[in-house]
Amino acid sequence: MPKDTGIGASSKRREDVRFLTGKGVYTDDMALHKQAHAVMVRSTVAHGRIVSINKTAAEAMPGVLAIFTGEDFVAVGGNPAGWLINSRDGTPMREPKRPVLAHGKVRHVGDAYAAVIAETYQEARDAAQQIEDDTQIESLPAIVDMAAALADNTNRVHDEIPDNQCFDWGWIEDNRAAVDAAIKAAPHVVTLDLINNRLVPNAMEPRASIGEYNTGTGDYKLTTTSQNPHLSRLLIAAFVLGIPENKLTVVAPDVGGGFGSKIYHYGEEALVLAAAKKLGRPVRWTADRGESFLSDAHGRDHVTRIELACTKQGEMLALRTTTLANVGAYLSNFSTATPTFLHGTLMSGPYKVPLVYVNVKTVFTNTAPVDAYRGAGRPEATYSIERVVDMMARELGLDPIEVRRRNLLTPDQFPYQSPVGLMYDTGNYQATLDKAIELGDVAGFEARRAESARKGKLRGMGLSTWIEACGIAPSNLVGVLGSRVGLFDAATVRVNATGNISVMVGAHSHGQGHETVFAQIVADQLGIPESSIEIIHGDTSKIPFGMGSYGSRSLAVCGTAMTKAVDKIIAKGKKIAAHMLEAAEGDITFEGGKFSVAGTDKAKTFGEIAFSAYVPHNYPLETLEPGLEETAFYDPANFTYPAGAYFCEVEVDAETGKVDIASFTCADDFGNVMNPMIVEGQVHGGVGQGIGQAMLENTTYDENGQLLTGSFMDYAMPRASDVPFYTVDHSCATPCTHNPLGVKGCGEAGAIGSPPAVVNAVIDALQRGGHTHVTHIDMPVSPSRVWTAIHG
Amino acid sequence: MHNFEFVKPASVAEAVAAMKDGGAQALSGGMTLLPTMKQRLAQPSVLVSLTGIAELQGVCMGEGGLHIGGATPHAVVARDAKALYPALAALAGGIGDPAVRNRGTVGGSVANNDPAACYPSAVLASGATVVTNTRRIAADDYFQGMFTTALEEGEIITSLIFPVPQKAAYLKFNQPASRFALTGVFVAKYAGGVRVAVTGASNDGVFRWTEAERALSADFSASAISGLKVSSEGMIGDLHGTPDYRANLVKVLTRRAVEAAA
Repeated sequence: MPKDTGIGASSKRREDVRFLTGKGVYTDDMALHKQAHAVMVRSTVAHGRIVSINKTAAEAMPGVLAIFTGEDFVAVGGNPAGWLINSRDGTPMREPKRPVLAHGKVRHVGDAYAAVIAETYQEARDAAQQIEDDTQIESLPAIVDMAAALADNTNRVHDEIPDNQCFDWGWIEDNRAAVDAAIKAAPHVVTLDLINNRLVPNAMEPRASIGEYNTGTGDYKLTTTSQNPHLSRLLIAAFVLGIPENKLTVVAPDVGGGFGSKIYHYGEEALVLAAAKKLGRPVRWTADRGESFLSDAHGRDHVTRIELACTKQGEMLALRTTTLANVGAYLSNFSTATPTFLHGTLMSGPYKVPLVYVNVKTVFTNTAPVDAYRGAGRPEATYSIERVVDMMARELGLDPIEVRRRNLLTPDQFPYQSPVGLMYDTGNYQATLDKAIELGDVAGFEARRAESARKGKLRGMGLSTWIEACGIAPSNLVGVLGSRVGLFDAATVRVNATGNISVMVGAHSHGQGHETVFAQIVADQLGIPESSIEIIHGDTSKIPFGMGSYGSRSLAVCGTAMTKAVDKIIAKGKKIAAHMLEAAEGDITFEGGKFSVAGTDKAKTFGEIAFSAYVPHNYPLETLEPGLEETAFYDPANFTYPAGAYFCEVEVDAETGKVDIASFTCADDFGNVMNPMIVEGQVHGGVGQGIGQAMLENTTYDENGQLLTGSFMDYAMPRASDVPFYTVDHSCATPCTHNPLGVKGCGEAGAIGSPPAVVNAVIDALQRGGHTHVTHIDMPVSPSRVWTAIHG
Repeated sequence: MHNFEFVKPASVAEAVAAMKDGGAQALSGGMTLLPTMKQRLAQPSVLVSLTGIAELQGVCMGEGGLHIGGATPHAVVARDAKALYPALAALAGGIGDPAVRNRGTVGGSVANNDPAACYPSAVLASGATVVTNTRRIAADDYFQGMFTTALEEGEIITSLIFPVPQKAAYLKFNQPASRFALTGVFVAKYAGGVRVAVTGASNDGVFRWTEAERALSADFSASAISGLKVSSEGMIGDLHGTPDYRANLVKVLTRRAVEAAA
């Protein structure tokens, strides 16, 4: 029976009222008294030595207030990498300084080497053009191709790093010999070379920042497009500008999407703060779309060889992957974790495969930094595994569904220690596979294929059985793995005197719907209406120190902290109720918003208890503090492990290579679902992005490091007409065993599980259509690539 | 965007006068010009909007065929030409999105002559006449390569006259990102013969596939062109398609256009 309120209800997204009526307040919407405008001066060459920057003419231009160059930030720190990864030989990764503004060299097209502050945006832009004209940059050969970058000892992105390699990581190094031996001895080995295409995140709202400095108090304030304001504050304060943390407030107001790209601290944020201090005026900056393409952290960009050893019956024996992962010109905050601990640790997927070895070499290139993007490492792992499993079935003449069923972990194997270091707590992969097959009507495929054939189209079906690790993350574990931060979260629940509630959370909602779902959970716990609860997020001066939103962590980690804070509220409420009802604390029960003395009709409502806490006239002041406000921090015991099966059918027009997705079915296990409507929406969005990666999106730099896909004219985003009506199911739930809500996370699943289902379906269609020479097409499987594969 | 003066004349004569200002640029929708100006890649000192001139608006039958005012938006063509020249109306209705179709104009598109624009293929396949403030230009003389036309400096397209074919169809294969024509083929069958014009494919802009025209003039059926081969020489090669791929699309789309028209 569907609920209409609380946990499990499809409560309407309360934030959408303001978003859909144009009443959201985004950073760029805020106009401040005496504000000045910043425009960044960005490199037009991929690699060059800055010979000179002559500011004289620009400084004399109308409205110009200040001009900054890399020289102005030599004395401050760099923007650090959040994870220290060691190479196989034990040496630490190479970690070049990432300055606020490029100094000495520019390292990618779009690398900012100067900034102009002026009275108006147009004046700043005019002067920025003047700076560009008056800057001499000696162009150097661009380093774009990863293999070439590793082989080149003379041409260096960073002068101090001879082979452009950040690290050479092995996971797990102790397993390497056994994996090599298993592959050597195996009855059959499937080898696949593939590219996980580079993506531009393309949040609807471009990055924007406003810096303020209070000359009276010395306080800084940064309003910025961030997924995690506390982390940004920590990075800016402790690592970059050296401002005491208590003198800096970071506010991330309404934020229009992030998909990972707004996790990170960017130089523009430090720049507007430094400029605000210098001028004593607010300084604002908003990226235009071209700047977003050039300077937001990109995603994916792996070149991988995967080898799968198996029996002739399709039993997986061992997996080995060798990957080159692009980190771009500088290390963005999570760039070293994404291709390693968010990728290598997932390389056994949902399968029983006992031996796995992952090698990842990360490479500096003259391209924009690459970092976590929706799914972050897990889509790359899933794509590699699910493509090679499909290829194994094809090479052995086996059914891809049966091959998966044979190799999937079974419910009795949980908790399961994977060969790549994770402990899966729970799951039922057969159930989601069966559900996808049922909902996707695999049984009716042949009839649909015949119907497609009548229209002159080739039909194929593709499957992906995926798993991810999210709810990031247990701090002690990630600490061992190289994380330089903790990954707990926090929430404060403040019961106001009149009984309504303000909840301050460390998670940040930039579209997900936390304001609705978190309120549902508190309402359920306290038995009060959702409308009495307000969720406050995004302002470091209001919220406790939490780590923000990414890695499908908000509910599993911050949501858990919140429920623990509510538990404390209830425990204190019982004490107050015991006093008011003249009963023993142990006899007080709390249910349906009422504190009652067990076995009697004596009761106090939640509102009465709250009022008593703030007007403590009849209150145990000698033993209990007044007020009703509690904070809880929560550090998860393990990752959570959402999993599922995705089934895709495509129609291919062999004459043009055009692929249409005929159906897409998702059977997910997200554990307990708090709001089915929002979960469904998250899956829709994630699968949409996955289909974008699989069929449309591609970030292309030419050999000179120029971004060829620098606008929506050439970078193909998925549109409504590119995606089907999805079938989404989350009934096969195995609740997470280590958080009280039993939740796993759903934000990234769609983007993780869907690309291989699409590509597998396209290959299947071509194979069934007689184009048996086509065994792989790299993403995006665009019309011209499909046609060329058929006819080439 | 740099600052500029904006004028919106009420007559062609006023517009022509305004265009004599050095640095003046005609604006007829601005679907290409305005983004270019925002990127500071163009900085006209005066923008002369043509969309306020009544005589440049509208769709009606007249001497020589269907007359369309130069500043008529695509959405109006899509609506008002539907009964008169369905294939042309369908082309107009498939350009961009609703915002583009209600701003962009036929004259603006034809004057710009983007190699991937839809309209040039209809103009060329219809053997249309481009009427300007000073003269009439036959379609075959008008298109002179990518972004290049017979228009003189300051010359304004006042209308286009499309002879209405017996049968016609336009098939566009979308470039995945921009939704411009990766390749588009307009086939028009007249009493005097068939014309086939191709947009999006060639480095020289819109062109006629005369081999197919001959074959289809003799036999207006899909099988008539089955033996023909399109050379990939001179075809555009870019991120979205190789020259071979575009050459293939020319043939596939021509065949499908013939099927759609028949």
